Amino acid sequence: MRNARYTKANMMGEEIRPIMVTVRESEETLEAPSAPAVTVEHLNAYYGTFRALNDVSLEIRARSVTAVIGPSGCGKSTLVRCINRMHEVAPGASASGRVLVSGEDIYAPDSDPVQVRRHIGMVFQKPNPFPMMSVWQNVVAGLRLEGISDKKRLEEVAERSLRKAALWDEVKDKLHMSGAALSGGQQQRLCIARAIAMEPEVLLMDEPCSALDPVATIKIEDLIRELRESFTIIIVTHNMQQAARVSDRTAFMLMDEERAGQLIEYGSTAQIFTNPQDKRTEGYITGRFG
Amino acid sequence: MATVRTLFDEELRELQQQLLLMGTLVDSAIEKAVDCLKRLDETGAREVMANDVVINQKRLEIEDRVVQIMATQQPMASDLRLLIAVLRIVVDLERMGDHAEGIGKIVLLHGQQPLVKPLIDIPRMSIKAREMLHGALEAFSRRDVDASLRIAMDDDEVDALHDQIFHELLVYMLRDPSTIERASYLMWASHNLERIADRATNICEQTIYLVTGKMEEINISKY
Repeated sequence: MRNARYTKANMMGEEIRPIMVTVRESEETLEAPSAPAVTVEHLNAYYGTFRALNDVSLEIRARSVTAVIGPSGCGKSTLVRCINRMHEVAPGASASGRVLVSGEDIYAPDSDPVQVRRHIGMVFQKPNPFPMMSVWQNVVAGLRLEGISDKKRLEEVAERSLRKAALWDEVKDKLHMSGAALSGGQQQRLCIARAIAMEPEVLLMDEPCSALDPVATIKIEDLIRELRESFTIIIVTHNMQQAARVSDRTAFMLMDEERAGQLIEYGSTAQIFTNPQDKRTEGYITGRFG
Repeated sequence: MATVRTLFDEELRELQQQLLLMGTLVDSAIEKAVDCLKRLDETGAREVMANDVVINQKRLEIEDRVVQIMATQQPMASDLRLLIAVLRIVVDLERMGDHAEGIGKIVLLHGQQPLVKPLIDIPRMSIKAREMLHGALEAFSRRDVDASLRIAMDDDEVDALHDQIFHELLVYMLRDPSTIERASYLMWASHNLERIADRATNICEQTIYLVTGKMEEINISKY
């Protein structure tokens, strides 16, 4: 049954409650794997006529961290950008196939990309707080766009999100300072707080630590491990040790002969990093090529 | 698929060379210990015991090397499994060295009293156990799972020889209690060789782990 969370009709309507709460809670007690949070089926992505993804299919488990690794140009970023319909924002870009988020096809004709992006948060390589906004305004920017103006509620969400992003203690006395005045690592955690303030079903992270120093990186990694209790996280990273440290499952991608990204191997992170089954995965993660 | 980790590959090759070198030291120790027992050569036995320090030192060196490589190269997948396998194999080799040392001690305890019987099966056991050691290390170098499985099966032959020696010596002891002390020394020597063969089986298991990523006990020894 379609619950039409991403359709236009819902845009101005009632506050959209985080769904799947019951399913997610039962997952803790039940060993059996629940329905996947994201299912990608035969996904092809194009930039003009150039095919960037070649028939990618995979299932992302709910409340877990999935890392996507592979050499430059293998389509990792394109893949995650397809999961919140950011890919099509690039001029001439298009995608075919299906991407189901909690069972609903985000590429269905009546699906609204804006609603999709509201439910599927994204954190980018370079921290990008809104420069003219304070720390507090940054965190609640999305909620305000949704039309929520109750100050008490916004304050609650801001504090909760900043706490979850492990930033609260560092910024609680400077909530009205510009977000741009924070350090790089703090800015990235602010962006994470801004994303999780929207209670996204899925949080996409595209190289979230590549512009950060090692200490800030470790903080973000610790945060990712904590956030998986509440969110489904997909992280693109060039840093294989990072993928090994933070993720539960790992997907390895590689370009095919026509330079289109292909999914080569997908499995538990422990298996991929200790005993990959595909020679190409082995070659890449042992640093023998790529 | 171009190799882009020349230095790392060189380090791994060197490490395996050191492992084989350690295997050779252990092999010579076993050979010499059994030879000393056959000839009741106490001087030689003392050399075997003194040399065990060299084997122990080699183990520590190889372990240090592995830790260094792990810390600096962040090995993954088969590289990681190779290093883990090496860490485990050096323990087995070091213990085999201890068993050779144990046979050396037996020679000293036995002293110059005549052997209860000429040694035939103990040298045979020693040859078989050493064959297993050679074969296991060779199969490791070649990443040969089939050979490893075959070699591990030879442990049954060593076990059978140990059984035979044990019963034979028991008969000697029952017939003539004055042989009890000397016969039990030989039983201990046989036991040491039986353990050496078991350790060779462990090396075979590490080869299988290295190739397949699966850690399984091949055959549970009778002892």
